[in-house]
Amino acid sequence: MTLTPLGDSAVVVALGSGLDETGLRRVRALAEALERDRPVGVVDVVPAFASVTVFYDFAQVGGYERLCREIATRAERVATADLSGAARVVEIPVCYGGEGGADLADVAAQAGLSSEDVVALHAGSAYLVQAIGFAPGFAYLGGLPAKIHTPRRPTPRTVVPAGTVGIGGAQTGVYPLMTPGGWNLIGRTPLRLFDGGRHEPALLRPGDRVTFRAINAEEFAAWR
Amino acid sequence: MAIRVLRAGMLTTVQDLGRRGHRAAGVPLGGAMDAMALRVVNLLVGNAEDAAALEFTLTGPELVFTADTTIAMGGGDFGAVPRWQPVRVHAGERVKFGAARTGCRGYLAVAGGLDVPVVLGGRGTYLRAALGGLEGRALRDGDELRAAAVSRQIVDRWHLDERMLPSYSAEPTVRIVRGAQAGEFDGALTTAGFKVTSKSDRMGMRLIGPEMARRDARELVSATVVPGTVQVPPDGQPIVLMADAQTIGGYPQIAHVISVDLPLVAQLKPGDTLRFREVTLAAGQQLILDRARALALLQAGLVQKMR
Repeated sequence: MTLTPLGDSAVVVALGSGLDETGLRRVRALAEALERDRPVGVVDVVPAFASVTVFYDFAQVGGYERLCREIATRAERVATADLSGAARVVEIPVCYGGEGGADLADVAAQAGLSSEDVVALHAGSAYLVQAIGFAPGFAYLGGLPAKIHTPRRPTPRTVVPAGTVGIGGAQTGVYPLMTPGGWNLIGRTPLRLFDGGRHEPALLRPGDRVTFRAINAEEFAAWR
Repeated sequence: MAIRVLRAGMLTTVQDLGRRGHRAAGVPLGGAMDAMALRVVNLLVGNAEDAAALEFTLTGPELVFTADTTIAMGGGDFGAVPRWQPVRVHAGERVKFGAARTGCRGYLAVAGGLDVPVVLGGRGTYLRAALGGLEGRALRDGDELRAAAVSRQIVDRWHLDERMLPSYSAEPTVRIVRGAQAGEFDGALTTAGFKVTSKSDRMGMRLIGPEMARRDARELVSATVVPGTVQVPPDGQPIVLMADAQTIGGYPQIAHVISVDLPLVAQLKPGDTLRFREVTLAAGQQLILDRARALALLQAGLVQKMR
């Protein structure tokens, strides 16, 4: 474990664990421990990839070294704690192709597959949430099959609707808000990945398992 | 008490000190670009330092106050009222702010604070997700804002000791601490000046200057970022992340602007230039303590003069 300052108001606790389910569980366990028993002056705790970033208000922490020691103490306790809790599984229904997935045929052509094959591969795989960030509620997902890795589009679109499912390089994900975007769009989900009015605004959490399920246009419409 | 918005100005939003505790869901900190100015003007009208106030950008609004109240203006100079002191306004009075004569962003606090709903722990406006503030958007002509009715006013003539304020300038020297990838670059941020481009906004200030070439071409795993992080995309031109910065970024991090100097960056207009100077983490953190002490003294001094 290493602690590296992120400016004068945050410190990154790198656990050195992998981005597999066990590694992500360790990251999440440390973030939960720090949330449960916050060192004085800590204002935000963010699990992401193989690290946890701890944001603090320096006027309240009573010394940087002391804060780092308190974080390390909690991390050691977590290392020995029981980490066997099961991951949440979240199923995301997706209407592949059509208007919401205008690049499905392109992705298929680049992979030398049919559109149906791409959907079968995308919906047939299990994904792990490695981090939430970039945009509110956006999940970095690991586990996209190599066959359908597809380079980003040369020119980003100025508008991608919320809920659009895309592939960008080795990554897949769902646009939580209407934003510009350069990913290949393969479908759209009726679920809201981010809703500021919800108690927990992001649908997904780091460490969650995600699966996609193909739905048709009627099911999509009925969902809304 | 209501505030009528006759003219909204270029980009006027309700802001506070941001949302804490929601970064894990990808929600940016947000809040005032120049947090120091917002804290000071709030204290000047007797508010908590994190009360909701207005942030102007380049051109200020024209407002009418429907009841007697106390306001304070700080940050950039938008005319209309003197900065950094409480000002009495009367029912029906029209206050017309102009273009920024100095700085880029102005902060207007109203006694009692602006009354907008708390969304995810903050009242500030996050435009990208249409969250917080007034209906999640910038003010428009004809809007009406509410503030709590309070009768607070300052008893004596009174002036702020301006030495407690950031050293605002159109060509400031901004202090930085090293970022995780600082050692991977040829050249340093500190050797030349950088110009602020017009592509800058509340998410980040895009700079143009000597190219920062990274020796190591390896792609990085994305990592958490913070307002103040200076990241360098492949074109070698640095971006200083600001209040609405995303929570995770994929570009190498060459440096971080120290917290007390971020207001200097927030007040730069396109075309202004800045230089960077490296300090130690301990020095940056000491300056945070100094500033907290100055704000506490200001608050204590004002309590005696408030009625």
